[in-house]
Amino acid sequence: MLQLIPLFVLIPLGAAFACLLVKRRVPAMAPMLSLVGVLALLALAVTGSVQGAAGASIAGGWSLESQGTTSFLPGIALVFDGLSAVFLLLVAVVSTAVLVFGFRYMETYEGRPLYYALLNLLIAGMNGAVLAGDLFNLYVFVEIASIASYALVAFGTGGREVEAAFKYLILGAVASASILLGIGLIYAATGLLNMADVGTAVAAGGIPETTLLAATALFLAGLGLKAAMMPFHAWLPDAHPSAPAPISAMLSGLLIKTLGIYALVRILYLVIGMDGALGGSLQTLLLVLGCLSMVGGVLLALGQTDLKRLLAYSSISQMGFVLVALGTNTWLGVAAAIFHAMNHALFKGALFLSAGSLERIAGTRDISKMGGIARIAPATTIGAVGASLSIAGVPPFNGFWSKLLILIALFTAGMHVVGAIAAATAVLTLVTFVKVQQRVLFGALPERLKGAHDVPASMSLPVIALAVLCLIGGLLWPLGLDDWVGGAASAVRTDGPTNEAPAEYRRMVHSEGRQP
Amino acid sequence: MSDSQGMSIVVRVVTRWLLGLILIFGLAVALYGHLTPGGGFAGGTIVACGFVLAILAFGGSRGPGAFFTRWASALDAIGALAFLALAILGFTAGAFLQQWAARGDAFTLGSAPSIVLLNLAILLKVGAGLFAGFSAIALFEQTADPDTADSEKGADA
Repeated sequence: MLQLIPLFVLIPLGAAFACLLVKRRVPAMAPMLSLVGVLALLALAVTGSVQGAAGASIAGGWSLESQGTTSFLPGIALVFDGLSAVFLLLVAVVSTAVLVFGFRYMETYEGRPLYYALLNLLIAGMNGAVLAGDLFNLYVFVEIASIASYALVAFGTGGREVEAAFKYLILGAVASASILLGIGLIYAATGLLNMADVGTAVAAGGIPETTLLAATALFLAGLGLKAAMMPFHAWLPDAHPSAPAPISAMLSGLLIKTLGIYALVRILYLVIGMDGALGGSLQTLLLVLGCLSMVGGVLLALGQTDLKRLLAYSSISQMGFVLVALGTNTWLGVAAAIFHAMNHALFKGALFLSAGSLERIAGTRDISKMGGIARIAPATTIGAVGASLSIAGVPPFNGFWSKLLILIALFTAGMHVVGAIAAATAVLTLVTFVKVQQRVLFGALPERLKGAHDVPASMSLPVIALAVLCLIGGLLWPLGLDDWVGGAASAVRTDGPTNEAPAEYRRMVHSEGRQP
Repeated sequence: MSDSQGMSIVVRVVTRWLLGLILIFGLAVALYGHLTPGGGFAGGTIVACGFVLAILAFGGSRGPGAFFTRWASALDAIGALAFLALAILGFTAGAFLQQWAARGDAFTLGSAPSIVLLNLAILLKVGAGLFAGFSAIALFEQTADPDTADSEKGADA
């Protein structure tokens, strides 16, 4: 299994270029190629998660022994551990749903093979970012995914789409430059790029404190922008609604987590060290910015009438939950953050897809012009209601457990004020989604929509599947899923029940990286 | 681009003489990438520049540049897929991207056959990709055919 780690990047990359190859002669092959690709990814991710194997694969077969050195490791390391496994599985599951949904949804768009190629590039970039074992390759994969997403946001090529994509491109490029500058500072000070090595060097005080402070600030701004953390969120409410619905689901469901949250967890916990000299101020920053995102996002969402824009603001709010959980700097907090990020991918993916279906049914995204759609579109309604119950935190859906866990983590860490704010935000989220349900799905059916009918099964089933996964996630949480997510948190925190420790990461890269 | 009639007879004749040399030079830079400065990226850039020169001299619809215009997007994809396939062949030797072909004497072309092949794949990818980028810009400049312009842009992305 460990030797096959590069396949997580190679399969979507190959599918992307194959889509470009067939685009003139046999454009109908592009969706099939993509489907084969994501199903293979799904199989790989499930196998990897079930086996629970952790280890590294170094491109070109480099190893410490072959280089006659014991200090640092050359070569591109891809590292698969508990934390990567969670995100790889998420990417595979949501991508599959998005791809199937897009088969019919994208029929109204021109140049579909390019859509499939870009979608595959996006998947390749996200998988690569999740597996990257060194800072520079993290940056490269973040850029691959970002550039694909800029093009996908503009895919409709209308005035609004292009404007949103341009705004997103400029802010995204600023974020990428900031991340690269941070990596440059660290490399200049230590001569190292491998995250495990840099983490050890930082912990040993091998890097001047001002340099570390500057690099941390750059990482926080750059990755914070990718994670749509307030005050770096301005691009998201334009970019996510402007993209075609399947892409909105990819961006809001996956991109802000793999490029933002995952990278933040890796860099803050593993490289810079939350227990180190900067730990205290980082904790405060994460808590303050997290509260700002949580409350600001949900208040802005409440006032929206555009369904997709409302969902986009709600994503900012939910990312706030993840950030405050990370700010606790405890194993429980990290586990809660990972679980909430995972749940958010499932339910926000389902919500954005169902928003696409609703837009097709009602011919508008304005929620004040919809109503009673439950009567004409039962299948879409089931999916949308399931996902809404989950994001609103209604038991036994997964959103309930992760929000509960975040509150427990906050209160046990003694952060009562933040905990109270999080609880209030959870209530406001419930209010937001009750409002959406009432205005869109229930109530009186407008005369205009009397003749409308439900979307085809290939569009409603992926949404229902994601909603069912939300329910299964909630039901399985007390029955073993908690161990799996806890194992992911143990990859970066040592104070959990299982003690895998960040040192394990270094050992893995260095000794198991060697290929037989 | 298709409307352009190209340049004077002097330029066209000189270009015809030069083009072969430029392409051979690009190929050599790529082939010896593991021994001398250069490599697939530099070689690909040279090859792309050669075809850009051909387009400028002969116009878009005639000459060697026209053929490349038609196939740039496909060659770009083939280059990328070839690189991936060669990299995956490394699994047969133990790891992704590992040298899988037998190595020859040091400082000869055959010292690292798998790197030579990888450089050629990069040459194809970069040459076709840069050229497609050039064509896309030229198309935006001259015509308003959104379909072709879009596909060329996508090939570059």
